[in-house]
Amino acid sequence: MTLERHKYDVLVIGAGGAGLRAAVEAREAGLSVAIICKSLFGKAHTVMAEGGAAASMGNVNDNDSWMVHFRDTMRGGKFLNHYRMAELHAKEAPDRIWELETWGALFDRTKEGKISQRNFGGHEYPRLAHVGDRTGLEIIRTMQQKIVALQQADGREFGDMEAKIKVFAECTITEILKENGKIAGAYGYWRESGEEVLFEAPAVIIATGGVGKTFKITSNSWEGTGDGHALALKAGANLVDMEFLQFHPTGMVWPPSVRGILVTESVRGEGGILTNSEGERFMFKYIPDVFKDKYADNEAEADRWYEDQDNNRRPPELLPRDEVARAINSEVKAGRGTEHGGVFLDVSKRIPAEVIKKRLPSMWHQFYELAGVDITKEAMEVGPTCHYVMGGVEVEADTAAAVGVPGLYAAGEVAGGMHGSNRLGGNSLTDLLVFGRRAGAGAAEYVKSAGANPVSDAHIKAAAARIEAPFSRQGGENSYSLHAELQEVTHNLVGIIRTRTEIEEAIAKIADIRARSKNVAVAGGRKFNPGFHLAFDLDNMLLVAESTAKSALLREESRGGHTRDDFPGMNPDWRQINQIASFDGEKVNIKSQTLPVIPKELFDLFDVHELEKYMTPAEIAKGGSN
Amino acid sequence: MARKLNLRIWRGDATDGGLKDVQVDVNEGEVVLDVIHRVQATQMGDLAVRWNCKAGKCGSCSMEINGKPRLACMTQVASFDENETITVTPLRAFPVIKDLVADVSFNYKKAMEVPAYEHPKELAPGEARMEQIDVERSQEFRKCIECFLCQDVCHVIRDHEENKKSFAGPRFFIRIAELDMHPLDTLKNRKRKAQEEHGLGMCNITKCCTEVCPEHIKITDNAIIPMKERVVDIKYDPARMFAGILKREKRN
Amino acid sequence: MSGVFSPSRAKIKERTLRTDKWWLEPAITFGVLFSFVIYATFRAFEGANYYAQHLISPFYSPCLSEACVPEATMFGWTPVSAEIFNFALSPALIILIFPLGFRMTCYYYRKAYYRSFWMSPPACAVAEPHKTYTGETRAPLILQNAHRWFFYFGLIFNVILTYDAIISFKNPEGEWGHMSVGSLVLVVSSTLLWFYSLSCHSCRHTIGGRLKHFSKHPVRYKIWSWVSVLNHSHQKFAWYSLLAVAFADIYVRQVATGAWTNFYFF
Repeated sequence: MTLERHKYDVLVIGAGGAGLRAAVEAREAGLSVAIICKSLFGKAHTVMAEGGAAASMGNVNDNDSWMVHFRDTMRGGKFLNHYRMAELHAKEAPDRIWELETWGALFDRTKEGKISQRNFGGHEYPRLAHVGDRTGLEIIRTMQQKIVALQQADGREFGDMEAKIKVFAECTITEILKENGKIAGAYGYWRESGEEVLFEAPAVIIATGGVGKTFKITSNSWEGTGDGHALALKAGANLVDMEFLQFHPTGMVWPPSVRGILVTESVRGEGGILTNSEGERFMFKYIPDVFKDKYADNEAEADRWYEDQDNNRRPPELLPRDEVARAINSEVKAGRGTEHGGVFLDVSKRIPAEVIKKRLPSMWHQFYELAGVDITKEAMEVGPTCHYVMGGVEVEADTAAAVGVPGLYAAGEVAGGMHGSNRLGGNSLTDLLVFGRRAGAGAAEYVKSAGANPVSDAHIKAAAARIEAPFSRQGGENSYSLHAELQEVTHNLVGIIRTRTEIEEAIAKIADIRARSKNVAVAGGRKFNPGFHLAFDLDNMLLVAESTAKSALLREESRGGHTRDDFPGMNPDWRQINQIASFDGEKVNIKSQTLPVIPKELFDLFDVHELEKYMTPAEIAKGGSN
Repeated sequence: MARKLNLRIWRGDATDGGLKDVQVDVNEGEVVLDVIHRVQATQMGDLAVRWNCKAGKCGSCSMEINGKPRLACMTQVASFDENETITVTPLRAFPVIKDLVADVSFNYKKAMEVPAYEHPKELAPGEARMEQIDVERSQEFRKCIECFLCQDVCHVIRDHEENKKSFAGPRFFIRIAELDMHPLDTLKNRKRKAQEEHGLGMCNITKCCTEVCPEHIKITDNAIIPMKERVVDIKYDPARMFAGILKREKRN
Repeated sequence: MSGVFSPSRAKIKERTLRTDKWWLEPAITFGVLFSFVIYATFRAFEGANYYAQHLISPFYSPCLSEACVPEATMFGWTPVSAEIFNFALSPALIILIFPLGFRMTCYYYRKAYYRSFWMSPPACAVAEPHKTYTGETRAPLILQNAHRWFFYFGLIFNVILTYDAIISFKNPEGEWGHMSVGSLVLVVSSTLLWFYSLSCHSCRHTIGGRLKHFSKHPVRYKIWSWVSVLNHSHQKFAWYSLLAVAFADIYVRQVATGAWTNFYFF
C-alpha cells in the first residue's frame, strides 16, 4: 500500500490558540499550511480557559500600560521569566486582542462600548478581556472561523478552499523528521483509520499545549500528554525549567467524574471553609510567619472578616494558592484527608442556598450537572490539581524558534520561559496569541530562505516501524495500567511538595515504567483504537515526567511552581539558572544555563527594593545590562 | 460502594455491528463517560470513544444514550433506574467510523460554506465600539460548543440523507443568525443566502435542536425563528412587495 | 434505505432506542387538538346559539353576515350576504380563516401538529415515516411565512373580542355595571388571546427583533425585552387561550340553549 503524503510550507502541530494563530500568520505571509490536531477541530484545551485574556488596553483603568503588565508578569514568575518574552507579551497583547475583534470576536463591553476588562490575581489593574466565563471558547472559535475565512478567500482565488490551508483533524504525530540537521517534516497516523501519513515541510510549529495527564489529578483534558515537549526533545530541542508546574489548590477529587476540574477561588472568597476528615478547620495551622499580621488565627475573627474587612484579618483559606495547596497536601499526607484523598470545602453551612446560587452560579451548575452534588447542601471534596506547566521548549523570544533545531518552532504552553516559575491567570491566552503569531512569522521567514528538504526513505521506514511495533507484540504490558502507574508516581513523588528522597524514588520508578513500556502490546485493530493511541501518548508522558523529576531534583530551592520540603526558601543564585533538559536517545540529561541579564531599561521599571528580594547584591549593583 | 451496571454498547463499523452487553462497576457520582472508560480500561481496550475535556465544555463525547443525543460526560448514571440497562450508540445522523465514534465531517464542510464575518474596512483594530446590549444576542450563539447534538437530532438530515447537501442544520443557523445580528458585520446578503443556499426553509421548527442543546441555547426561538422572520422581511412580505421596497432591499 | 437506516450509519434495527414515553406528548397533543377541531367544525357550521344576552361567542365575533342576530353584530354592520350560491353561510365561516390562520401558521402550533399529526418527526430522535421531506420550502407550506399577516389581523380580532367582553358587563336589561360568570369567561378568554398574540414570534420580531442595533432604539429594545419574556411562555398561552376560547364558546352556547343559567355576581 502506498503511503499517504502531503507537502506544505509549514506544519502546525496542535490546533489550540497558539497553533491556530501561528497558522493564520503563516498563511497570511503567503505560505501553505497544514494544521494537525489530535482531536476534532475546535476542541483543543484552550476552550477550557475561563477567566480571560490579559492585555493592558487600559479600557477600565487607563493607568495600565505594557510596563505595568510586564512588572506583574515578572513578579508572578518570581523573576525567572525570560525578560524578552515577558516584554514582547506585555507590549503586543493589546494588539492581539483587538485583532480578534476584527475577526468577529465578541468580548463583553464597557459602558463606552470598549472591550471590558476584569480584575484577576496578580494583575495590578483590571486587565482581562473576557466573555463571561468562556473566554477560551471565544478565542478558539474566533480563530477557527478566521481559518475558514482564509479558506474561503483561497477558494475564490484557487477554486479549492483547502488549496493553501488544511486542517488534519484526529491525526497524531509520532515523530518530527529531520534531514541534514534541519526540519524536513513529520510522521504520524490517522486516529480514525490507523493509517500512516507523512507530511513534508521545511518548518514545523509545535503548539501542543500542556502535560497535565502525566499527573493523576489534573484540570487538563486527555490531550495534555506532553506530545510537543517529547517530540521536540526527540528532535534535538531542549526543554527549559520543566520542574515548574502550577497546581491549583482546589480541584475536585470526588466524585471521579469531575476529578481535577477547577473549583474557582471565589468559592473561598465567598466564605467557603476547608476542613479535614476530623472536622478541623486546619488552615489556621498553616499560616506562615510572613503572613501572620494579615491572616486571622482564630475562627471568630476569620468569620467576622466577611462582614467587616477593615477591622479583622482575612481567613487563612484566602492565603496564596501555593500555601493553600501545600496545606491541603500536608493534611492528606498526615492521614487526615477524605476517603478520596482530598479535604472538604464547604459553603453550605455558612451561606444560605439562594445566596450561593446567586453568587456562584457557574460552580453550582458545574457540580449539579457534572457531579450530581448540590453545593448548597453538601461539602465539596477538593485537592490540588495539576493545571499548567511553565516549563517547555527552549525558544528564541522574537521568533519562537526552538534553540538548536533549524526549522522547528514552539508556541503556547509547550514553549518555556515566558512565565518563569509561575504563571499569572489571564497571561496564558495572550501568550498563545502573541507567540503563536511570532512563531507563524518566524517560520514563514525561515521557509522563505530555506529550500525544500525531502524526507529520506530510511527515516520513513524507521518511523513506520515504530508505529507497527505495539501490534507485533503478544501479551505485553497494558498501556492503561502503565499510565495509571505513572500518574500515581508523579502525583505522590514529584507532585506539589517534593523532597530529595521522593524525587529519587520517582526517577527510578519512571525509568522502570519506561523500560516496561517498551513492551506495550495493543489488542484489536488499527481503526480508532484508544489502546493503541495511548501507547504513543504514554511514551511522551514518560519523557516529560523524567524531565520534570530530574530538573526538580537538581533545583535546590522553592520557587513558584516548584516546592522542595528540604529547601523551603527562594535562593537568588538559583534565580539566575535555567535548567535545560535534552534527550540523548536513552535518557534525559539536565544542564544549568545562565539566564540572560535583564536590560537596564527593564530593570529600571522596578523599585530596587523589590528586586533585592529576588536578586543577588551583585546583580543589583550591576543594575541590568546595557 | 461500587455496584454493577448493565451497559449495552454499540460496537462495529460501517460494514457491520451491533449492541453488545457488558457488566461494569459503577461508583456513586459517575457519569456515563466514566463507565465507558472503565469498560475500555478493563474489558475492551480498543473500544472507540471520542472525548476531551470531560467537563461539558468541548462537545466531543456526543453520543446517543438510551436513544437520546447527549454528552456522555454530562449524563449522570444516577439519572437512570438502578436496574435499568443503559444503551449507548454512536450518533445516528452521521456515518459511523467505529463503535461510538461517528464521522462528523459533514459539520465542518457546512462550517466552510457559511460566509465569514466581514469587519468594517474603515475600522482599524481597537477602534470598534459596541454596546453590550447589541452583542448579547450573538454572544448567546457563540456559547455553542459544537457538540453537533442539534445536527444529530434534526430530522431533516437524520431521516433524510439526501437533504444533507442543501441543509446547513441548526448549528449553522445559529452561526448565520450570530453574524446577521453582529453589530459590525458588513456582509449584506446573509438572510437571502440562509433561505436560498443553507436551507433555512427546510426547518419545520419542531425544536428538537433546542431540546438537546447542552448549552441551553434557544436555537429555535432566538435564532431560527428570528432568521425566518428576517427572511420574510425581504422575501415574503406583501406590503413591502407592493411598496416596491423589496427592490431596494434586494441586496440585503 | 434512508435516514437512520442509511448504509453508512451504525446498523441498528430500531427506529428509536428511546426508553421513555416519547409518544405520550404527541398523543395528548393530537387528542386535544383533534377534539378541538371536531368541536370547532361542528360549531362553525351550526350557525346558531352564539349569542345570549350580551354574551357573544368568540367563534362568531365579529358577526358580519346579514343572518346574524342583530345584537351580535358590530353596530349592525353586516356587509356579507346570508347565502352564497344557495348555501346558508354560517357567520362563523366568514371570519374563521383569521384565527384559524393565525394558529395554523403559529410557530408553536407548527411544532405541535408537525409532530403529532404529521409525525415529522413524531418525537426527537424517533425516525419519521416519510420517504421525502422538503420542509417549508414549497407550496403549500411556504405559506407559513404569512404568519405575521395573521398576527396583524389577530390584533384586530383581539380588540373586537375585548369589546365583546366589555359589553358583557351589562345585565339582561341592558344596564351597565353588572358582572356575570359569562363576563368573567369572556374577560379571561380575551385576555389570554392578548397574551397569546403579544407573545407571538412575529410580534417579537416586528417590535424589535429585526433591529441590528438595540442601542439605537432604546424604547423598542425595552418592549422587545418584555415581549421576549412573554415569548418564553408562548406555548402555554397558545394552549390556555385555545382552551379558554373553546370554553367561552361552550359557555355561550349552553346559556343560549338554556342548558345553563348565566349567574350574575351583581
